[in-house]
Amino acid sequence: MWQVIRRWFDPRELRSVGTTPDYRFSLANERTFLAWLRTGLALVAGGLATAQFLPPLPLAHLREVIAVALLLLGGAVAVRAVDHWARTERAIRLGEELPASRFPAVLALAVGLGALLLVAAVLVRAVGGP
Amino acid sequence: MRDPGLQPERTRLAWRRTALALTVIMVLTVRLALTGPPAGAGAGETLGALVAGAAVLGWGAALTVCWRRATGAGPAPGYGRSLPLVALATVGFALLGTLLAARGLG
Repeated sequence: MWQVIRRWFDPRELRSVGTTPDYRFSLANERTFLAWLRTGLALVAGGLATAQFLPPLPLAHLREVIAVALLLLGGAVAVRAVDHWARTERAIRLGEELPASRFPAVLALAVGLGALLLVAAVLVRAVGGP
Repeated sequence: MRDPGLQPERTRLAWRRTALALTVIMVLTVRLALTGPPAGAGAGETLGALVAGAAVLGWGAALTVCWRRATGAGPAPGYGRSLPLVALATVGFALLGTLLAARGLG
């Protein structure tokens, strides 16, 4: 694992593989990475906002659990963004198929399920009333 | 080379948007750190000050990386370590936020 992380931080290693592609492909790959990174940053911002702007919920510590889940999900999205960028850049340099990934589908399902759970919680609260 | 897609400019703007997002995160982290747990928690206040300082330092470092890459993005390949470094900053903010949110559990 450390080997992989070290390679992310060593641009020479990536440049030693295959041939240098049309720079536009590299820049497009870089922008895709940045778009994923901002997705991760948005999740982190959601976690930080939850921790300080959401009033305490009736279920003990539910607010903190939601905040930590969003923060860790954002961090995971950022790590995965670097990994996917490096693997894509490698594939472009070698002229191989771009790496396929289930991650976008998994993330979409996780966010969708989380939103549904919150909708259910809000409805239960509105109907049950305090 | 003909470049009707303005790729370098789009890449520069993407880096600037990322820098903007990092700034929002830094402000939210500092606010959470300094408005933290109810009064009387001495250890919590020290932790908050430390986290706020780390957030500002990390933001400065990440913005320097964004700025250098935004001004350098062009036909010449040269992303260097910029990409893993900004991802590292994001993970750092996620961990600082987790530390602060976990204060509420104690």
